[in-house]
Amino acid sequence: MKLHEYQAKQVFADAGIPTPESKLASDVDGVLAAAEEIGYPVAIKAQVQVGGRGKAGGIKLAEDEEEAREAADAILGMDLKGYYVDRVLVEQAVDFTDELYVGITMDRGEGKPVAMVSTKGGVNIEEVAEEDPDAIAREHVDPSFGMMPYQARKAVYDAGVDRDLARDVSSVLSTLYDLWEEKDGSDAEINPLMVTSDDEVIAADAVMNVDEDALFRQPELAEMEEEAAGGDELEQKADEYGFDYVRLEGNTGIIGNGAGLVMTTLDLVDYYGGEPANFLDVGGGAKADRIANALDMVFSDDNVESVVFNIFGGITRGDEVAKGINEALEQFDEIPKPVVVRLAGTNWEEGMEILNEDLVTVEQTLEDAVQRAVEYAEEVNEQ
Amino acid sequence: MSVLVDEDTRVVVQGITGGEGKFHARQMMEYGTNVVAGAVPGKGGQDVDGVPVYDTVDQAVEEEDADTSVIFVPPAFAGDAIFEALDTDLDLAVAITEGIPTQDMAKVNKRLTETDTRLIGPNCPGLITPGESKLGILPGNIFESGNVGLVSRSGTLTYQVVDSLTQRGIGQTTAIGIGGDPIIGTSFIDALELFENDPETEAIVMCGEIGGEDEEQAAAFIDEHVDTPVAGFIAGRTAPPGKRMGHAGAIVSGSGTGTAESKINALNDAGVPVGDTPEEVADHIEEFL
Repeated sequence: MKLHEYQAKQVFADAGIPTPESKLASDVDGVLAAAEEIGYPVAIKAQVQVGGRGKAGGIKLAEDEEEAREAADAILGMDLKGYYVDRVLVEQAVDFTDELYVGITMDRGEGKPVAMVSTKGGVNIEEVAEEDPDAIAREHVDPSFGMMPYQARKAVYDAGVDRDLARDVSSVLSTLYDLWEEKDGSDAEINPLMVTSDDEVIAADAVMNVDEDALFRQPELAEMEEEAAGGDELEQKADEYGFDYVRLEGNTGIIGNGAGLVMTTLDLVDYYGGEPANFLDVGGGAKADRIANALDMVFSDDNVESVVFNIFGGITRGDEVAKGINEALEQFDEIPKPVVVRLAGTNWEEGMEILNEDLVTVEQTLEDAVQRAVEYAEEVNEQ
Repeated sequence: MSVLVDEDTRVVVQGITGGEGKFHARQMMEYGTNVVAGAVPGKGGQDVDGVPVYDTVDQAVEEEDADTSVIFVPPAFAGDAIFEALDTDLDLAVAITEGIPTQDMAKVNKRLTETDTRLIGPNCPGLITPGESKLGILPGNIFESGNVGLVSRSGTLTYQVVDSLTQRGIGQTTAIGIGGDPIIGTSFIDALELFENDPETEAIVMCGEIGGEDEEQAAAFIDEHVDTPVAGFIAGRTAPPGKRMGHAGAIVSGSGTGTAESKINALNDAGVPVGDTPEEVADHIEEFL
């Protein structure tokens, strides 16, 4: 789960990391009032969760009221890489001499947290990592003890940060690690950490991504998630149903159980010349109502022209799946899109007996089921 | 022969009184697994179908000589349950639980360097030596005893590939689901090493998926250390970057690491054929045998 910039900044500021004065606004008057209070010049920043906001026109500087009005008009309501901008952060513009990077993430290869510092801030750090890996100092942390103060200092000195700033930057890094740990962060990042002309550091941006599996013990952040929710309507619906769902661009809908097998089904759709419309994992042990919800989900996607239902039962039972498919389809006078079903594993024979074959096409193997669904989707395209 | 688990394995089920724990303990026993105890804090003295329940894993080891734990404990408490298993010096702990916070697993990962207990999982279906014993939630009836070792990050994908093998009359020595989380106990490399050293295993199937670099490292290991023929499969060729595909670990990062392409290339370079479909994996194995 990703916090919005304004939320992450609040979390950072509460922990004592210096951040510029800022205010959230959702209309032009709000922007002008905020700018007046903070004092010009200000930066006006779209609050949507996509990278590269600046380049896409989602961040503008304003020297006076006229420019602020223009910027607010341009940004509020804009479509930024598919996201509707309904809020902006109005922020004191920082007069800086240098831009640094500090971040904490989990190094999954090592199974350990890693702290990173670079003097090449202000640009995409993943690009820096690729083009000039030595420009990023890394320090792995033992999670049972946390980051030792010397480790923060070491990362800062190794990165070649100006020695006059070392104390302040390592203090920010230590605080960031503690926050990352306390809040179950997956990534915590300040890019850029700006250096002002009087040699102070200030967090001009803030990224805080939180481990979704830990939200049960982070009630404050879980609340922020509700505020941060947004994005695709169908993905929101999937959240309500509790499905792992990813929307894609194709027209063959896919429902299955288990992440690896669902991914494989997507890959097979592609392999046989079709285009997957989505990833939908009903999870283990799904009962009939959950299966019906899954069909409802996929039918809600206007792009979908056919559906392939692939279940390999371990703890999921074929008879429950068949019941769910029948229940979902029997309520239609006419089946919205052709559904191809393949059942295997636990109770698949019982499932086959229950399944109403007037409503679906049955195939015995995964490969056949996928090919049939792709054919159905293509037939529609040809019409 | 088999690896890690056989008919002599003595199992304690952590979380045996919960819904999942009870259901799967029964399924394991039906399959023939030697479940000797359960461990659930506060439930000591009860029994589940005649299996005695203890308050701690330590008591289960003390009283019933358990050497392996299978963990069905909800995610909020599962990190603690794994620590308990590791600190009791069992041979093997198998964590089925999905959704354990990653930072809890980082601490477990540290403890693993300080213990001899092997961890499989979490977020995995477990492992099975067909005809002898299964530890976890795999559907026993699709497996057949034979000479192919199988290691996979995904449960149902494993079933799909096993089904293809079994239907051709190709059985398995042991199948191991290592789990779909970013931080796991037993890696591909560990499992490959076990199969390489098992005289009964004549071919190996390795099913990977997008995310991380474990498959690339496994490919390098195969190149150097594995003589047993290996066939591979990689799920997630069509996954868009930045989206978590169900498993917490199955994500192609923004910088492009963890792609299916990189894994397939690495495996091919190590002489491992990678199937475009699960059936093709079975084709390759058939050729090896």
